[in-house]
Amino acid sequence: MSHETAATRNSVFTPFNVVAGIIVILGLFITAVRFTKGLGATTNLSDNNPWGIWIGFDLLVGVALAAGGYVTSAAVYIFGMKRFHAAVRPAILTGFLGYALVVLALNYDVGRPWRLPYPFLISRGTTSLLFEVGACVALYLSVLFIEFTPAPLEWLGFKKARAIVVKLTMVLTIFGVILSTLHQSSLGALFLIAPSKLHPLWYSPYIPIYFFITSIIAGLSMVIFEGSLSYRYLKHKMDHHHIETKDDLALGFGKAAAWVLTGYFMIKVIGIAADNNWHYLASGYGAWFLVELFGFVALPAFCYMLGVRENNIRLIRWTAAWTVLGIIVNRFNISMVAFNYHLPSSERYFPHWMEIGISVFIVTAGLLAFRFICTRMPILYEHPDYEPH
Amino acid sequence: MDGIHTLQEFMLHTKNIIYILIICILVAMPAIWKFLAGRDDE
Repeated sequence: MSHETAATRNSVFTPFNVVAGIIVILGLFITAVRFTKGLGATTNLSDNNPWGIWIGFDLLVGVALAAGGYVTSAAVYIFGMKRFHAAVRPAILTGFLGYALVVLALNYDVGRPWRLPYPFLISRGTTSLLFEVGACVALYLSVLFIEFTPAPLEWLGFKKARAIVVKLTMVLTIFGVILSTLHQSSLGALFLIAPSKLHPLWYSPYIPIYFFITSIIAGLSMVIFEGSLSYRYLKHKMDHHHIETKDDLALGFGKAAAWVLTGYFMIKVIGIAADNNWHYLASGYGAWFLVELFGFVALPAFCYMLGVRENNIRLIRWTAAWTVLGIIVNRFNISMVAFNYHLPSSERYFPHWMEIGISVFIVTAGLLAFRFICTRMPILYEHPDYEPH
Repeated sequence: MDGIHTLQEFMLHTKNIIYILIICILVAMPAIWKFLAGRDDE
């Protein structure tokens, strides 16, 4: 008995659990401070910089990296690429948790969570892009929840309810693609209102298209990245089918990511030409823009191509991680680095440690929820009692 | 930017460059395709 207790204690107090536990406790403490003392006590936000990392990272990056759900379900159910079916459930779960955490993070920034339904019920700002983003995120979170439910329904043994939800798969996938197209691009369109605040190299009339295309890149890369992490840490929960198809998935998604990244690189260059912004490239911001364009777009595009051509799965996986980092850099540049670029450095925004703490807390909460669900429900394996759908 | 004084001149200038870029892209695409899919049959 004492041996069992010691073994259980050992399995609970792993380095990951201890670090995650500390982060969660710290996050709950900052949450209490945020909702009792307000934004002034926990953030460095100001009238000049009303959006910090809770928007730049938690929302803009979170929504982009959660795009794997619609990308994978569209590939499998709409384009008929059934060989990638094993990736659907992990991608849908990542998307669902991603969007749920985006909504959670939004509450920290906006405050007064009980007023979250106000834009739909009390004060409908139907001419606002934020209304469209809010409506799409709310609807898409609901769609992702329904798309995710076959896994918990199989786990709970609710066969009839599961059969009903499975019949809705195609409708939900189409809804998901439409809603994602709308709000991924609208998040970029939010910056159209600030042409004088965003540096000309990042500001473009095409910014909604850039946001949408980068969301596809983020989705494809995130599925590869998350798949490799799952294989490394949750391999014991994977069935043969998932393990056998993981390399094929990396090759297929890597090939798609290579094409989309190449296309994105091309339209970014066209964007510079369309606004005649070539002369800005010789400035400090221009150097940083070139780092983003060549280091986080052209380089991963080439590495994906090389990985696919040479069948180098390891290179594809590392490139996926690098591309995910590139998406974070892009969203940070647009929402913070190149935003208010004309202000003196004393007026520029740098996040308060509590803002960073909440962002780390939210990412940790996502990881813990993902692990909790994957170790219990049929996400990385097919449930033996049910036909794959 | 020195020779650009009107919207007409600006549009002409930027569109000219975009057309040249599009031609470069159209030439590059088959090469990229060949590079990417070159070993698919092996």
